Amino acid sequence: MANVISDETIEYVGILAKLELSGEEKEQAKKDMGRMLDYIDKLGELDTADVEPMSHAFSVQNVFREDIVTNGDIRDEILSNAPGEKNGMFTVPRTFD
Amino acid sequence: MDILKWTATELAAKIKNKEVTVMEAAQAVLDSIEKKERHYNCYITVDNEGIMKRAEDIQRRIDSGELTGRLAGVPVAIKDNMCTQGMLTTCASRMLGNFIPVFSSEAVLNLEKEGALIIGKTNMDEFAMGSTTETSAYGETKNPWDESRVPGGSSGGSAAAVAAQECFFALGSDTGGSIRQPASYCGVVGMKPTYGTVSRYGLIAYGSSLDQIGPISKDVTDCAAILEVLASHDKKDSTSIFRNDTDFTSALIEDVQGMRIGIPKDYLGEGLDAEVKEAVLRAAQVLKEKGAVVEEFDLSLVEYAIPAYYTIAAAEASSNLERFDGIKYGYRTRDYEGLHNMYKKSRSEGFGAEVKRRIMLGSFVLSSGYYDAYYLKALKVKALIKKAFDEAFSRYDLILGPVAPTTAPRLGESLADPIKMYLGDIYTISVNLAGLPAMSVPCGKDSQGLPIGLQLIGNCFQEKKIIQAAYTYEKARGVFGTPTAEKEKV
Repeated sequence: MANVISDETIEYVGILAKLELSGEEKEQAKKDMGRMLDYIDKLGELDTADVEPMSHAFSVQNVFREDIVTNGDIRDEILSNAPGEKNGMFTVPRTFD
Repeated sequence: MDILKWTATELAAKIKNKEVTVMEAAQAVLDSIEKKERHYNCYITVDNEGIMKRAEDIQRRIDSGELTGRLAGVPVAIKDNMCTQGMLTTCASRMLGNFIPVFSSEAVLNLEKEGALIIGKTNMDEFAMGSTTETSAYGETKNPWDESRVPGGSSGGSAAAVAAQECFFALGSDTGGSIRQPASYCGVVGMKPTYGTVSRYGLIAYGSSLDQIGPISKDVTDCAAILEVLASHDKKDSTSIFRNDTDFTSALIEDVQGMRIGIPKDYLGEGLDAEVKEAVLRAAQVLKEKGAVVEEFDLSLVEYAIPAYYTIAAAEASSNLERFDGIKYGYRTRDYEGLHNMYKKSRSEGFGAEVKRRIMLGSFVLSSGYYDAYYLKALKVKALIKKAFDEAFSRYDLILGPVAPTTAPRLGESLADPIKMYLGDIYTISVNLAGLPAMSVPCGKDSQGLPIGLQLIGNCFQEKKIIQAAYTYEKARGVFGTPTAEKEKV
């Protein structure tokens, strides 16, 4: 069955993805996503009712460690990559009035 | 003395024997880059200023006996999605156009500990999303065998740099074939190790459950030596595995007597170019003549690997790339109103089309109401694919097949139809889903002189079997040649 992606879906996914698409990009995204989902629907041919989802290819265990700081103070180096910096902190747009 | 013709391990041995200096090797590479880069564009960044000083430092430490490693003094190129302290790391994206990491990835540190000399950072598909290196924000890389063709991707710059003798070896990363496929298109050796063998710390993540760093080299001997250096247990990567069998060079043995090799019938069917098929089967015949037991079998589920992969990879990508928000590092839009508008505009302007396509798809398959139908379904199919490989490896030591259905396509042919491009990953992608190791070895050229790659796949932790079979094949095959040698002939 062909997947038809509505304008609302693209708007919603845009919010989740934090992307602002132009009108043209939205039309393209609707087409691309519809085609990809048609293709992915092929997975529906397989009966997976009794299959456990596999997130990792072989068994792994959680890795714990003590919460000890091992790196030095590199605040200034880190901040030198920031688009906005003031008094040793990241600057962000005003978030409330 | 043509330094550039030597392999990485040959160069290291000659440096050790004082036949050549690290500075001479570095200069040879810089001259080669100077001559060829305007044709091929393998690199995003070359450390022209720093390289000689670092070469002298390494030479001093070799002379003093401090550095004795097998790659000491050898110039290496690093794919631009691995962090290098103090050296621009862009992921071939506008988003990271000015990003200078404050630490190096563990794989790079392991090379530096061994004394390898980092030359620069290679071009790639943006955030490793692509199969041609054409989605790079820094221009496409051209295939050194034929400049009208792509080098493959996403580690296209690394593979092309090795083929063009602009380095002695390179690091790539492989999420769905991104080391093996460009290695195949460029006529060099590339290996994706078992998931967890090489630390992913400092590798800018695309699909974390699939990503793995590996070597791209001139031959199998180099490949084994490099992997030996790269493999380590790293507490900073929680999926890193402790292995005490990483002496990969011990597997450089010319012997496949009694080795059981299976060729999936599904890998030889529709879509496979006739010349590629012929070359791969000829390579299989060589191994058979050397004593391997070779037969065809049904692997099954091959056609489901691509839809499962693109669902899982897009989902993980959408999550991993959330960190690019225009605050801590990377690109921030000029004009915005408030925080959310800044996020959206920065990301929309910073990411290219293919990256946005995958983030959108990933956000969709993870969204409430679709999660079970798409993402969870893909994880279940992944379990079935893993089971199919388990069954195959109960009968075979290795699986043999092509790397890609064709040789390198022409520039500009692939991006117009994403699904068609994704189909090119059919023989490489299930290896990542199952966490397996696999290698691409050059096995011939088509009628247009373009390289063809042979893929050898092993069970988890069986890199040595792959290396042994690849080494045996390579010895029987003889010298493969380079694009430079081909051009000198004309």
